[in-house]
Amino acid sequence: MASPLICSQAAMNHPIVFVPEERSALLLNRLSALPKFTGVTAASRLEMRPAPKMVSTGIHAMDALTGGLPRGCLTEIFGPASSGRSSVLLAALAAATQRQEVCALVDVTNAFDPQSAAAARVVLDRLLWVRCGHEREGHDFSRANKTFLKAGALAPQKKVEGPVEQALRVTDLLLQSGGFGLVAIDLSDVPPKMARRIPLTSWFRFQRAVENTPTVLFVIGQVPCAQTCATLLLKLQASGKSVVDPWSSVLGERPTTNDQRRTIPPHAQLLDGLQVDGELLRYRMERKPSRSVNAAFVTKMLRTG
Amino acid sequence: MPFACIFVPDFPVEALLRSEPELRSQAVAVLEGKAPLQKVFAGNEKARRAGVEVGMTKLQIEACTDFVLRARSPLQEAAAHSALLDCAQSFSPRIEDAGDDTILFDLVGLEPLFGPLPKIARDLARRASEFGLEANVAVASNLDTAMLAARGFSGVTVIPAGREAEQLSNLPVAVLFVGAVPSPTLETFDRWGVRNLRGLAALPDVALSERLGQEGVRLQQLARGSISRTLVPVEPPLIFEEAVELEYPLMLLEPLTFLLSRLLEQLCARLGARALATQELRLRLELENGWHAEDDCCPSTALDSSDRRIFQRTLRLPVPLLDARIFLKLLQLDLKANPPGAPIVKIYLSAEPVRPRAAQSGLFLPPSPEPEKLELTLARITGIVGEGSVGSLEILDTHHPHGFRMRRFAPTEPQKLDPRPYSGEKPESSSAITALRIFRPALRATVTLRHGKPSHIVCSKQIQGDVLWAAGPWRSSGDWWEQEGWSRDEWDIAVQAESHIALYRLVHDRLSGRWLLEGNYD
Repeated sequence: MASPLICSQAAMNHPIVFVPEERSALLLNRLSALPKFTGVTAASRLEMRPAPKMVSTGIHAMDALTGGLPRGCLTEIFGPASSGRSSVLLAALAAATQRQEVCALVDVTNAFDPQSAAAARVVLDRLLWVRCGHEREGHDFSRANKTFLKAGALAPQKKVEGPVEQALRVTDLLLQSGGFGLVAIDLSDVPPKMARRIPLTSWFRFQRAVENTPTVLFVIGQVPCAQTCATLLLKLQASGKSVVDPWSSVLGERPTTNDQRRTIPPHAQLLDGLQVDGELLRYRMERKPSRSVNAAFVTKMLRTG
Repeated sequence: MPFACIFVPDFPVEALLRSEPELRSQAVAVLEGKAPLQKVFAGNEKARRAGVEVGMTKLQIEACTDFVLRARSPLQEAAAHSALLDCAQSFSPRIEDAGDDTILFDLVGLEPLFGPLPKIARDLARRASEFGLEANVAVASNLDTAMLAARGFSGVTVIPAGREAEQLSNLPVAVLFVGAVPSPTLETFDRWGVRNLRGLAALPDVALSERLGQEGVRLQQLARGSISRTLVPVEPPLIFEEAVELEYPLMLLEPLTFLLSRLLEQLCARLGARALATQELRLRLELENGWHAEDDCCPSTALDSSDRRIFQRTLRLPVPLLDARIFLKLLQLDLKANPPGAPIVKIYLSAEPVRPRAAQSGLFLPPSPEPEKLELTLARITGIVGEGSVGSLEILDTHHPHGFRMRRFAPTEPQKLDPRPYSGEKPESSSAITALRIFRPALRATVTLRHGKPSHIVCSKQIQGDVLWAAGPWRSSGDWWEQEGWSRDEWDIAVQAESHIALYRLVHDRLSGRWLLEGNYD
């Protein structure tokens, strides 16, 4: 029976050598006799990456849980609908714009509510809102292209893009432009299937673009999609028992029986806010978080109009 | 009292070569007149050497294939003249407009600022070259001597005071006469055998006066460099416009970009020479055919209804800028999104001059995007998501729940921050504000009421089921005095989703009677 062959590449400049197994000991001896590679730094002497500067999320409980949002890193928050993702985003935008930073929101599904933002004290002058998938207003490109072709001129090539593709290109441009304090991508209403289809290379590119910059890249969605590119990964969930507090302001005490409930007029009830539980799933700066990995906070309803 | 003169030889040719500098190495002749009767109006040095003379017909020149023929362009000549004025104005505020191709100006007091006179003259020539004009520059102690020297000597000439007659002596007598039309006085000098200014200067004064009158005396004084007059200063208007008339209609975006690039560079050089920047660029294209009625796809702002052959675009910038590359990219993106729709025959590009932005960023100020980069990024993003989909928000003064409008994103300069770190200060409210996510457009829903409040909702596959909790209605109305009046009842409802409870805003439109799911609390 022929002895198995062992493949070994002695050095970068040497061809691959196949040797029988019994000669492996001899080969190892020869390899050990070769001069050692130079220019390779031992792992123990590798330079430590400095910890990123943290900025406030605008919510005490979240700051206590994560230490804030890391600059130059990708932070991802996910959770189902009504789990408080957008509230956290607004709080982060408010905090950043009040620090006089210029922020950008890439709104993939055009769901941003200006009234909520104003109520959350976001400085709207400092927020760039990009509405992906929003209908083009004013100018009909398809007709213009047709006419331009008629005139014998070069028509600009119209590329039909989905909102997610638009969002990725826009984010790329914003990050390359630089100077933004916070760039947020809102993927909350994007179906999980589609969100997961975003290539990992895009997230790597984004992460690489914000590295060593003071920009906070903030992503919210239904499922985690940036995977290992996210430095900070948080899961949010609304706690089921006290999602609403309908009887708080009007009656003072909660009715207990169904009859009593029926007597309460619906307009006497009020949505008071969301109670949100946050769970820290990953924080790459710390191998093992010493603090609690859970936090709870309540969002407050503010009626406008 | 030193004066300088900038003279552009073969001005009609130079004006054309500004937009086509690659022709500088060739023999170029400029034609004037209507199609079959075109005659040579001007030609460059190479053309003259090849035998081209003013007044030759087009047919005579066309026998030779080495010539580049161009029609005379008054538009480009006007732009070149403005550029020449700007060139002089960038050195001295006291300038005299002595013709399309000649500018005189006062150099008094400039030596401490710009250095000695030869250096000023060289800088002037270099500046004119930056503006696309190859000019002769002469400096002398009086205006007319400077003008004669600029017309007679190529390159840079500096004539020391007191040596005017000696320096001018070798110039031909023709330099005294402006224009291509032969003067009778010149013919007289020719008959007398007076070929150069030395000969004219040596003629006896009285005899010359008897034969040619005061005109003869003036010409002799000019030849001697002894005449002196005062400068007639002009204040050139702050109009920065460049134009190109095309030989053939332009149909592609790429060559248009190429031409725009040149125009922008010239415009920026002119603005820069006057220490100005621009906040508004206006591009006007004259089209060959214009738009037809069925092709009415241009935005109303872009096309003048009175003249459908004119296509206009205006770029308004949030801050004054002076970078030809950025302007070009912005124009390119704009034209890509809004194509002119017909072949182009003339291009006009003008800039509204403003004082340049003077800003100094502080060490402790938060980072903000560079205005130039930001403007370019915004234009690119607009190209991706469309106009009206990018910008900052402005909440309107209305009770309407969707009362906002988009406006141009122009963040204000950051002010000095509070020295206390943000983390140390206590926010005004400890909790976040509940955000509403708007469904655009709102989702139609079928709602079942029980005891006057929603008990069941069917909206989509994901959003349907019993209403677990409802609060409302919150009634509001407005704009009833207009056609867009609205009246609605709002409900906050909780619906069981797959694994969680979701909160929605349900709206009953009281005017149409429809139920709409307007958004989701998140």
